[in-house]
Amino acid sequence: MFFVRPLLFRRSINKGRQTAFRMNLRLFHHFGTYILWHSQIYKKPESHAMYYKETIRQMYDIGIGSFPIVFLISIFIGAVTVVQFYYQMEGTLIPPYYIGYIVRDMEIIELAPTITCLVLAGKVGSNMAAELGGMRQKEHIDAMDIMGVNTSAYLVMPKIIAALLMIPVLVSASALIGIIGGYLSSVPTGLFTSAEFIKGVRSFFIPYNVFMMFVKAFVFAYILTSVSCYQGYFVKGGSIELGEASTRAVVYSDILILMADYVIALILTA
Amino acid sequence: MIRAEHIVKNFGDQEVLKGITFTFEAGKTNLVIGKSGSGKTVLLKILVGLFKPTSGSVWYDDVDLVTANKDTLRKLRMKVGMLFQGNALFDSMTIEENIRFPLDMFTTQTLKEKTDRVNYCLERVSLSGINKKFPSEISGGMQKRVGIARAIVLNPRYLFCDEPNSGLDPQTSITIDELIQDITRDNNITTVINTHDMNSVMEIGENICLLDKGLLAWEGSKDEVLQDQNETLHDFIFASPFLQKLIESSK
Repeated sequence: MFFVRPLLFRRSINKGRQTAFRMNLRLFHHFGTYILWHSQIYKKPESHAMYYKETIRQMYDIGIGSFPIVFLISIFIGAVTVVQFYYQMEGTLIPPYYIGYIVRDMEIIELAPTITCLVLAGKVGSNMAAELGGMRQKEHIDAMDIMGVNTSAYLVMPKIIAALLMIPVLVSASALIGIIGGYLSSVPTGLFTSAEFIKGVRSFFIPYNVFMMFVKAFVFAYILTSVSCYQGYFVKGGSIELGEASTRAVVYSDILILMADYVIALILTA
Repeated sequence: MIRAEHIVKNFGDQEVLKGITFTFEAGKTNLVIGKSGSGKTVLLKILVGLFKPTSGSVWYDDVDLVTANKDTLRKLRMKVGMLFQGNALFDSMTIEENIRFPLDMFTTQTLKEKTDRVNYCLERVSLSGINKKFPSEISGGMQKRVGIARAIVLNPRYLFCDEPNSGLDPQTSITIDELIQDITRDNNITTVINTHDMNSVMEIGENICLLDKGLLAWEGSKDEVLQDQNETLHDFIFASPFLQKLIESSK
């Protein structure tokens, strides 16, 4: 009896090790495939006109299609940020106009790029994964492959270019809308005057912060597009697997965006 | 001409194709027949280059598809047309855009030239005037014909059809078969059809290979099918009770 328990314990440890080993192996396999796949994406287009047409379509889908949700989220985040900062600073010696300054920098440095891209990973990323996965399952990708089309390039490159062009625009709009949201939640309700809020927004402005916002926007746009397209392009199986791929696209994009956010913050503020 | 040489394909431990050697002749309708799970689709996917064989080679005239580099493969693929079992028409595009897609991608023709070519292909499959419809707005048989029109738009030298009659009524199936045979003869192309439809075998089977459990069980033409005493062929052809009764009553 005394010997059985350690034996069972050791067996379960070995099983755990094997599972962890297999998971690591799968992670390396996917990482390697993802990296190698990029050599197929950036190839000379078969027809510039077709790629251009597809890029414009994607720009419309990502830019115009996502603007309402970005607008809604940004305005409320800006509003809530101001209200909560006011609650925390009320009764302190910090002048009220500082809240305008804090909201502006929070929007530019962190909230606009990160929250917008996390939301876009859910909206645009899952849409891309589902679109490519559906094309894979309906043999559309096979049909294009047989025609001689470089499907990795034709289906993915326009999405990446469109995201790199449109997401920074959405992030900039988000920052502006967030600040306006802050204004609308505080000035009409009497938390502070319009002059105080505007003074705060115009104080201590550092243009480098805008550069940081654009760096984040570009990196996050690339992550959410390429990861989502990878999940959709290589999907295998049926509708359940397609749903799982779509979920993975969002989850992995979100995790990688948050990790990249930390790394960019470390590098650009060092 | 396409020649498959000693094609072996394994998926993990499972050996799906066990050394298939067969020549698909130019200007003829070549049929790959066999029961479900015999390896027909895998063979077709190897022939078009969607799967790599575990061993063996696929010769398109004098080019080996298996060892060809990517540029050669892309050039070769522009000479290949394929009709998929599920048609693989792009849902978000109109019929005209679907057929024009390969032209848009690979040619520098003007829009008028492309439209003329699309109209010719639609006329060839007897579907003139449906240019602006979407795939969801036409019947399954019409979708098959649009698939054929798209497959021939670039004047391919090799045409592959995966189960062209699946889900179609017998009359429409005959129309599709005749259409494929006409296109093959008129353009002297190498056509490979993957089917288990006996009507197709008897109508257009000029060069047939029967697969059974991953092996080439029989080869011949439609004229030899009824005479040959090959047991696997016999089992496959006379699997239908209706056909058995018909033969017994004729005896």
